[in-house]
Amino acid sequence: MTVFAAVLKRDLSLAIRQSADTFTVLAFFAIATVLFPLGIGPETNTLARIASGVLWVSALLAALLSLDRIFAVDFEDGTLDQLVLCGEPLVFVVLAKTAAHWLTTGLPLIILSPVLAVTLHLPAQGYGALLLALFLGTPTVSLIGAVGAALVLGSRRGGVLLSFLVLPLYVPILIFGTLSVEAAIIGVSTKATLALLGALALFAVTLAPWAAAAALRQAAE
Amino acid sequence: MHRFANPTTFMRIANAVFPWAAGLAVVLFLAGLPIALVTSPPDYQQGDTVRLFYIHVPSAWISLLVYGSMAVSSAAFLIWRHPMANVSARAIAPMGATFTGLALITGMLWGQPMWGTFWVWDARLTSFLLLFFLYLGYIALADAFEDPERGDKAAAILAVVGSVNLPIIHFSVEWWNTLHQPSIVKMGGFTVDGSILLPLFLMLGAFTCYTVAVWVLRLRAELLAVKLRNARMSEVSLSRMPAE
Amino acid sequence: MVPRINSGTALSLQTFERASFSGTGLACRRGGRLVFAGLTFSISSGEAVVLRGHNGSGKTTLLRLMAGLNRKSAGELAWNGAEIHDFEAHSALLRFIGHLDAVKPALTVAENLEFWRNLWGYPPVDVKQAAQRLGLGALADFPARLLSAGQRHRLSLARLLVAPAPLWLLDEPGNALDDASLQALAGIIADHRARGGMVVIASHGTTVVENGAPLDVGAFTNVSETHWSEAV
Repeated sequence: MTVFAAVLKRDLSLAIRQSADTFTVLAFFAIATVLFPLGIGPETNTLARIASGVLWVSALLAALLSLDRIFAVDFEDGTLDQLVLCGEPLVFVVLAKTAAHWLTTGLPLIILSPVLAVTLHLPAQGYGALLLALFLGTPTVSLIGAVGAALVLGSRRGGVLLSFLVLPLYVPILIFGTLSVEAAIIGVSTKATLALLGALALFAVTLAPWAAAAALRQAAE
Repeated sequence: MHRFANPTTFMRIANAVFPWAAGLAVVLFLAGLPIALVTSPPDYQQGDTVRLFYIHVPSAWISLLVYGSMAVSSAAFLIWRHPMANVSARAIAPMGATFTGLALITGMLWGQPMWGTFWVWDARLTSFLLLFFLYLGYIALADAFEDPERGDKAAAILAVVGSVNLPIIHFSVEWWNTLHQPSIVKMGGFTVDGSILLPLFLMLGAFTCYTVAVWVLRLRAELLAVKLRNARMSEVSLSRMPAE
Repeated sequence: MVPRINSGTALSLQTFERASFSGTGLACRRGGRLVFAGLTFSISSGEAVVLRGHNGSGKTTLLRLMAGLNRKSAGELAWNGAEIHDFEAHSALLRFIGHLDAVKPALTVAENLEFWRNLWGYPPVDVKQAAQRLGLGALADFPARLLSAGQRHRLSLARLLVAPAPLWLLDEPGNALDDASLQALAGIIADHRARGGMVVIASHGTTVVENGAPLDVGAFTNVSETHWSEAV
């Protein structure tokens, strides 16, 4: 537990010192979202129809941009070696770094999303589901992303490769995330899809840290 | 079980299997292709388009079989560090990608006359498209590193992670599809007539034997690549600077 | 398993239990190349081993192997005579200083050290005292990005003091250090040994270690270990 607390505290204080990273991700989220009305046209009904999909896709891409900073800097400056030698299971390190990533990326994205939803004319019934779905889905984004980020450490063309590995794995989150919002808009129960998002998060939190820890150990080798 | 993990034993068995697999593949193709493409009766609804299925279904079968075998051997490599398990996974991955591509192309060609368009967001087609991306990711990751051993391990972890995710992806796509397009005719949703079973099974057997035969050839090639790399390595270490 | 340390937070009061660390017939392959083979060493409390060998002879690889970061392809590592299987527990007994300094430029000198102290879960040792010892006392509250290369290296060495462990694995710790810092480092290593610590050090000069037992890494003969692919 000391390892978890120490790594989480350090990553958060680093994120606060380097808050430009978080702002870049948020700015990307905003710009990517704004491009859709510009590309499709400002017609209210069309935008309302695609709003949830656009928000989810933009959020996933924005999160993707930030994934490499979970481990890449620690890998390059030698911190990773020391973390492997921390004397406790490496899974705690992964969980701490993933938690820090979610707090500095996933959470800000959730907070910004209603503002962007307004520009896309998302129907009023959709907001609650959008926030809930993002809240349940973004931890999985960070967890799967951590596995991908650990796998590409030290590779050539790491960034492009990372999106290639991770995006197909994000498909279930995207599907259940957008379906939740659409169900809320047409007045159908959102229980099933939200429960599935929650199940995905639980599944990811039990398995992804082990995969990421295995990847980190072989990256340090 | 672990006896087969010994590289020498493994290759001896693989080499012994090769002529049988290759021979059987030739025989089955010679028997199956004429029946599948010429003599079998056309479907009463689909006409000659049904013949695409004799390529499409075996390709889809091979692409799933290959991913499964990659996942199992990658897990064996990670758990027991059997080097041949990894060589096997690396050798077979491009075949999986190729057959997934073939399944996609034949699926699209079938869709044109049936649906009037080359691409419909059918649940199965979409799942195979994502499977195709998973294959490409595996291959790209496996040789993205200067140190090939890192690529081996990273790709093995990815194969295991991918195999855990594949059913979830398929389930989510299925769910998404039924909500968005309930009216579309499902691929393969026709009644199976006895006349298509013979050519179908012949082609399934032919594709499987062909895959096993090419897998052995690619195993040999991968092994040679490892040996070549090591020979180069020891040359480098022999020409090291003398002690200071 | 955490090393038992006599209570007291001042840096100099801690002593370690008697222990020994040894390796027999160690071999390591990296990228298919046999880096070294048939290496045997033994070290116990208060002793030092100096790894010698030319560039590429595998000193760094051996140190990382001792830490459990690299995997050995043959041989056995033992702590107090018992073979080490659990490298996670083993890593709590050692501190490793590599070529990379693991310093976070955005954090201050003191914050960097506090992180390492918290990570290894030690009682509140005074990090400023550790910084002082390596001549960084006046810089404790400055961001590490302002430090020179040598100062950053000293900061990474200060990690040894904020989170004590009996075994130190040091990879060229004298690099980029001026004479005064070298002297300070020599003093720190001597103190560590006096308290029952062990030091394995890869070094071109032996200036920071007195009476270290030399271990030649590059020289190996009669190697029978072959790569698996050669058997096919």
